[in-house]
Amino acid sequence: MTQKLIVIGAGMATGRVLEHLTDANVDIEITLINAEPRGNYNRIMLSPVLSGDKTYTEIVTHDDAWYAERNVTCRFGQKITAIDRTAKTVTTDAGDTLDYDKLLFGTGSNPFMIPLPGHDLEGVIAYRDLDDTNRMMDMTGGNKVVVIGGGLLGLEAAAGMAARGVDVSVVHIMGHLMERQLDEAAGYLLRKALVKKGITVHCQANSKEILGEDGHVKALLLDDGTELPCDLLVMAVGIRPNVKLAQDAGIAVGKGIHVDDQMLTSDADVLAVGECVEHNGAIFGLVAPLYDQAKVAAATLMNEPATFVQKELSTKLKVTGCDLFSAGDFADGEGREDIVFRDPARGVYRRLVLENNVVIGAVMYGDTADSNWFFGMIREKTDISDMRETLIFGPAYQGGSTADPLSAVAALPRDAEICGCNGICKGQIEDAITAGATDLEAVRAVTKASGSCGTCTGLVEQVLAVTLGDEFVIPAAASICGCTDMTHEDVRRMIKSQELKTMPAVWQECGWKTSCGCHVCRPALNFYLLADWPLEYRDDPQSRFINERKHANIQKDGTFSVVPRMWGGITTPDELRAIADAADKYMVPTVKVTGGQRIDLLGVKGEDLPAIWSDLNKAGMVSGHAYSKGLRTVKTCVGTDHCRFGTQDSTGLGIKLEKTLWGSWTPHKLKLAVSGCPRNCAEATCKDIGIICVDSGYQISIGGAAGMDLRETKLLTQAPTEDEAMEVIKAVTQLYRENAKYLDRIYKWMAKVGLDWITEQVEDLENRAALAARFELSQSVYRKDPWAEHVTEKAQTYQPLADLTLEAAE
Amino acid sequence: MSAWIDIAALEDVPKRGARLVKTEMGCVAIFRTVEDEVFALDNACPHKNGPLSEGIVHGKAVTCPLHNWVISLETGTVQGMDEGQVAAYPARVAEGRILLDATLLSERAVA
Repeated sequence: MTQKLIVIGAGMATGRVLEHLTDANVDIEITLINAEPRGNYNRIMLSPVLSGDKTYTEIVTHDDAWYAERNVTCRFGQKITAIDRTAKTVTTDAGDTLDYDKLLFGTGSNPFMIPLPGHDLEGVIAYRDLDDTNRMMDMTGGNKVVVIGGGLLGLEAAAGMAARGVDVSVVHIMGHLMERQLDEAAGYLLRKALVKKGITVHCQANSKEILGEDGHVKALLLDDGTELPCDLLVMAVGIRPNVKLAQDAGIAVGKGIHVDDQMLTSDADVLAVGECVEHNGAIFGLVAPLYDQAKVAAATLMNEPATFVQKELSTKLKVTGCDLFSAGDFADGEGREDIVFRDPARGVYRRLVLENNVVIGAVMYGDTADSNWFFGMIREKTDISDMRETLIFGPAYQGGSTADPLSAVAALPRDAEICGCNGICKGQIEDAITAGATDLEAVRAVTKASGSCGTCTGLVEQVLAVTLGDEFVIPAAASICGCTDMTHEDVRRMIKSQELKTMPAVWQECGWKTSCGCHVCRPALNFYLLADWPLEYRDDPQSRFINERKHANIQKDGTFSVVPRMWGGITTPDELRAIADAADKYMVPTVKVTGGQRIDLLGVKGEDLPAIWSDLNKAGMVSGHAYSKGLRTVKTCVGTDHCRFGTQDSTGLGIKLEKTLWGSWTPHKLKLAVSGCPRNCAEATCKDIGIICVDSGYQISIGGAAGMDLRETKLLTQAPTEDEAMEVIKAVTQLYRENAKYLDRIYKWMAKVGLDWITEQVEDLENRAALAARFELSQSVYRKDPWAEHVTEKAQTYQPLADLTLEAAE
Repeated sequence: MSAWIDIAALEDVPKRGARLVKTEMGCVAIFRTVEDEVFALDNACPHKNGPLSEGIVHGKAVTCPLHNWVISLETGTVQGMDEGQVAAYPARVAEGRILLDATLLSERAVA
């Protein structure tokens, strides 16, 4: 007897089931019902349709002729309203009731719509089917579109519309794009590629509300107040298996429709395949497992044995022309090691995660040619101990007898480009070496290789080592830390010249060897980025030493010290009373007067910090930054106000300076002092910047120290007026911020660049004004009280996450 | 047998950061890596009892804020040239919540 099969949904999985069944020529009568008014098409090819690379007809997998030839009855544009599993019938919205022997669910998934205010406005769509695609294709050059979601689907929608000249912004809640498939570094490269295509990318962006006008979407409002105008808003934030119909029919569902290894649901006459199913707790979005399911379902329908097995999955994608690959588990871990390869010039990033000499995860960006080989190693759990030195270079470099890291360079062809800036190939460098250039400087002089951005210096040295053998020893440059071979100076130059504005950008373009840096390089990079890009870069508290993260000095017992600012060392009875009250209230064990003319409250518990700050704030006091690599104090003497020798208002200038400079971050701590006369009671000549007032104006000297090293300041310049003194001091501070190595005090920096150079820079009036203006720009972000900010926004983070003392006692 | 107790939302601990949980026998630091894994260690560096929760988290390690000892988040073993060990407790994330193994915490209280 002919079996009757009803298939619900014409998707990629059910399409494949139909192929298997009709190829096998089994005696089965098939009816295909689809809510969309069309048959099976290749849904994953919607992106090329959107970008205009393909037409809809090119992505149709089964056309009318195909269904006719295979005797498949089609009911397109019809929905099933009810299923009666006892009578074994389905009822459609056209009013027909149809019998079945077997029923196959392929209801796919529904796009998840974030229930933001305004999500039901006209012009807010998902990206799921041809109708959505057509809506996006209606957008043209004059239109603006916002895409919420920086996953695969969202980015493809964005790129497709950008290719049509539409002004597209992507809004993504996570810190980097496609965070499920990619790590931070690859996410950075992807973002860079998208930005190049004219797409605006907002990461860590929370959508707050969709704004409309006359019932139509007008803009997306982010919770930081940014308003992104748009004519169309595409939500591509995820999908949910579509289980409604199955659930209504009383079939067991969880996240998806429950199926066993034979793709049978809780009803033995009902099967399900595709994105709507849940198998062993997993749901499916990629096409490969869907095709496996289709094969199993077809076999089950034909009474043949078959079992669906979930396989290790890899994702190999082309997003907007960028090749991406990820597979396995690429989280960091104890006992796990990273091998990272970056080729900044080509925009290539590769990361392998190893555990017990086995590759367990891989992320590749830009060049995925070897991805199958790496994926094979993950699946086979190949022992890679014999090839780990050259593993990252891929299969082309394996099989040699020597496992020498240089062999990869040795294996490069003569026309392989070494220096991307100057277009210098390996052969040219070899020729130069043969002609007598036997060290880096000589090679650089002859060929210019590594003479521009310098990132290929290591490679050039390796070519030298390979060519000269033992005659050449690669010099060990003082790199920032083990994460990189580059020096602080090199990295600072790269940040400026390549306009690197995020940490992942620096890691990639400077070839970092670790995935996310360490406690040595991260604080340095955080400073360089905020100093060079004050408006673009956002300070990363997690890359700061605890004192700067918690705005207090950690003590040896884990308590903290709190030092409120006393501008120029001037205080009032009210302030002193507030400090005394705080000391009592928080049981501060030690109250000490500091060398910087203020009061230190030592031994405050970490969890009390926000409360004591709040009390001090109420009395008008702010953070003294006694903990920071930034402006500490401006020490003063009493000057003309009281002193019979004073020549200028040294206290007034000190207060002005402190109010101008406070909150600024510098490579190391920055201490100033202003003395009212050459008797120098404020000890200005051992400060980083010292000002001595004289009758004719202000002598500004720099580079003093009174710590491990003892240094007397050297005269930088003399300023006739207070205003000019202020400008010089702002300019020299900015020059120090822009050029010095992290953790170099001014005297160390001065020893490297020379006082003459510094003087030249600040005595050039145009340059001085520009430096002072850049300082002011940075201060527009940083001149604020971190205590007040933490009290209102972060107080909770100072408390324990949980108190288990009661639970543990039970 | 493990008994997982719900401590807090994952979001309550910053990426590459840590927060404290108070227990009968002292504080346990809960760390979150950039890859959203969580780990739990005694909040005392084996060197001078430095509060590890205040350190800089990098990869799957934390650097003690007092003297820069680097400690593995997974095993509690001191890395590099220094030697030492700090107690590590099972912790995991499920549906956006941080879970700690209560059994081990109470065993620790007994020990």
